[in-house]
Amino acid sequence: MYLELPKKLKVLGDMATNLSVEMLRPISRKYDLAEHEYPKELDLVASMLDGMNDGEGGAGVGADQSKQKKDENAGVRNGANMAACVGIQGFCWGDVGLLLTLPRQGLGNAAIGAVANAEQSKRFQGKWAAMAITEPGTGSDSANISTTAKQDGDYYVLNGEKIYVTAGSRADIIVVWATLDKSIGRAAIKSFAVERGTPGMEVTRLEHKLGIKASDTAAISFTDCRVHKSNLLGNPEIDTKKGFGGVMQTFDNTRPLVAAMAVGVAKAALDRTKELLQEHTLLDYSAPINSVSSAAAEIYRMEADWEAARLLTLQAAWMADNGKPNSMEASMAKAKAGRSCNAITLKCVELCAGLGYGEDELLEKWCRDSKILDIFEGTQQIQQLIVARRLLNLSSAELK
Amino acid sequence: MSRDPIGLAMATMSRIASSSLVERMGLRPTIEKLTYQGTKSGFQALGAASRQFKSVTQLLRPERLEAPSQPKSQFDLTISEEQQMMRDSVRAFATEVLRPAASQSDVDCNLSPELLAQANELGLAYFAVPENLGGAATERSPVTSMLIAEDLAYGDMGLAVAILSSIGVANALTQWGTAAQQSRYLPAFLEENTLQAAIAVNEKRPLFNANELATVAVEQADGYQLDGAKTMVPLIDKAELFLVAASLNGKPRLFLVESGTEGVSIARKPNMGVRAAGMGDLALAQVRVGKDALLGDDDFDYEAFINMARLGWCSLALGTAQAVLDYAIPYCNERIAFGEPISHRQSVAFMIANIGIELNAMRLMTQRAVALAERGKPFAREAYLARVICADKAMEIGTNGVQLLGGHGFTKEHPVELWYRDLRAIAVMNGGLHL
Repeated sequence: MYLELPKKLKVLGDMATNLSVEMLRPISRKYDLAEHEYPKELDLVASMLDGMNDGEGGAGVGADQSKQKKDENAGVRNGANMAACVGIQGFCWGDVGLLLTLPRQGLGNAAIGAVANAEQSKRFQGKWAAMAITEPGTGSDSANISTTAKQDGDYYVLNGEKIYVTAGSRADIIVVWATLDKSIGRAAIKSFAVERGTPGMEVTRLEHKLGIKASDTAAISFTDCRVHKSNLLGNPEIDTKKGFGGVMQTFDNTRPLVAAMAVGVAKAALDRTKELLQEHTLLDYSAPINSVSSAAAEIYRMEADWEAARLLTLQAAWMADNGKPNSMEASMAKAKAGRSCNAITLKCVELCAGLGYGEDELLEKWCRDSKILDIFEGTQQIQQLIVARRLLNLSSAELK
Repeated sequence: MSRDPIGLAMATMSRIASSSLVERMGLRPTIEKLTYQGTKSGFQALGAASRQFKSVTQLLRPERLEAPSQPKSQFDLTISEEQQMMRDSVRAFATEVLRPAASQSDVDCNLSPELLAQANELGLAYFAVPENLGGAATERSPVTSMLIAEDLAYGDMGLAVAILSSIGVANALTQWGTAAQQSRYLPAFLEENTLQAAIAVNEKRPLFNANELATVAVEQADGYQLDGAKTMVPLIDKAELFLVAASLNGKPRLFLVESGTEGVSIARKPNMGVRAAGMGDLALAQVRVGKDALLGDDDFDYEAFINMARLGWCSLALGTAQAVLDYAIPYCNERIAFGEPISHRQSVAFMIANIGIELNAMRLMTQRAVALAERGKPFAREAYLARVICADKAMEIGTNGVQLLGGHGFTKEHPVELWYRDLRAIAVMNGGLHL
């Protein structure tokens, strides 16, 4: 038993932090103010990461690193899932909005990595893929989507409206969830890779948001949009026994990554707050928490919650790396990291007072950015449902 | 077992107090006054009569145990096969022996001699005493100690403390004791009449800080004089040896004090919980001990000592919190309200989810700090943060455990009220254990 990172992951984390300092922090405020403007500086960052990923065998920062990689070495592995978490944490210590709009590292890439066949993986390699699930009338209840896919010869015809598509106006491919037959329910939901420029797919709107403004969030409509059947990801048959598993399994891999984003943002706020409060709080990890100043006690509690979120995230990723089912642990990590990150960034602004609330510092930005991390990829409440159902051994019909 | 005047007095008085005869004769005010007087005067009594300690084997150099050989340094949540076997037997003992005895031991404020004998059969002391002194310990693994503490507390925290108290003293002696100290005391932990011992750190005042002790040791020509008072000392009337934290020249150190030493007096003082540990107060009035009563040499590390105790209490919290979760789940699935199990309601189910999430977090934080300690790496920050989260979340889990059972949880029909009282100790305790 040992809960420290191996040297190669520490090095990776340091690299990501350095990249944050040199390339992300300097443009962080600029793209927070210039919402909807593509951060062109990221092209350079993305090619650097491509190079690192090719060279390091998966030690990257992007979401597409989440896929299981077979390792021939026996024994315990600290593999691609953990590396992705460490890299993402370091990157989001710089700027989570910029991570979310990093070319070729979208959540759609994670979906492709999880369920695409060999031919598709090859064909979509090097493409930037976004993920389109949410609809105006369907949020957390994603089994209830109404975008339809009707087979017509070698093609599927998509109709419907998707919202909250991260990188939807910038990605090369949109991975769309659509139902083959709504009356069948979950089992009929399939995902389709739709390439940009496909007739019938149109970006209709970009959202104005509370935070992560560097990342574009698009509404996309599908009107008789014809997609070749070779772009259906996973099994085209409707298997009611297997149900939702196919599309939902993506989340077991991506939730720890979103948790890692939260861990990175929270660390940014905590580090800066400790720096600003240096003269006012002595943190020696010795005096009892009830004998130190109120501000110091707040920092200790935040740091403890932050470490807890970080360890839960690493646990979920470690389980994935070692082939252990991690659905509950992934949700635990996402729940703890999401709420802790939000609470920490908000408290840091409070502690830093006028300095924290103003735009001279990034603290106020981080507490706007953090809110989405407790919402997307499954809200706090959805994670709790998943954990509770697992612990109580209840079905979704019993615990609604 | 007649060396328990306070317990005897209490038992007698509580029998009188509950007797209906008392009511009929209108004696209650008199008896309550008597009880008040008795408590006020503190039942001062001598500690357990201590044996004559003999050094059968005289070590020339202190025995020190190395950490188990470690696989390469990477993130690894697995435990060894030996640790798993140990866990299985301790968990079975906790479930089959400790849990059924928890309620009565709580009332008695005692680990019964029968239970102690059964606990000794686990052979835990052998893993604390090095081979050269008759034990079986070839390595020192705080991780294993952490797992044992968690599993014992799954049965009952108070009994776990009663069992682990002596082993904590043995662990400290093995880690820091001089050759003379080890030779004198360690073999006695393995005798048939096991040496019982306790670590005394806490003092009775608000905002107690283990780094600022009011108990003072003054160096004299032939040894030290100790003055002060300790509280929440486990096995108070059974321990023959106390490891007492006192300030020496402004720095906290530990002193080995035998219970029969002149000036030592004890008082049973049950707390709201962890009662089976038989805690109480230890008074030191002009207690004179020899030069060799000071634990360890220059290598002694008080901060590590305090942190190992903190992590010990975190480990206990894991076991008790797991007991709460495992008890609440079937209860909430079976308890019907408004026509369906209460677990079908999100407000109930989310409390269960959060117990699971925070307990997992507590466990990872504790494991991380203990694993660092085992490898001899700095672990002060990690131990501190583990204590912060365990102190907060263990109590939250304790109070939610009672809440989930509602009025039923408030009664002694269910163990959750005991766990609630036990879990309050996590934020309060210092010392008492040493992993």
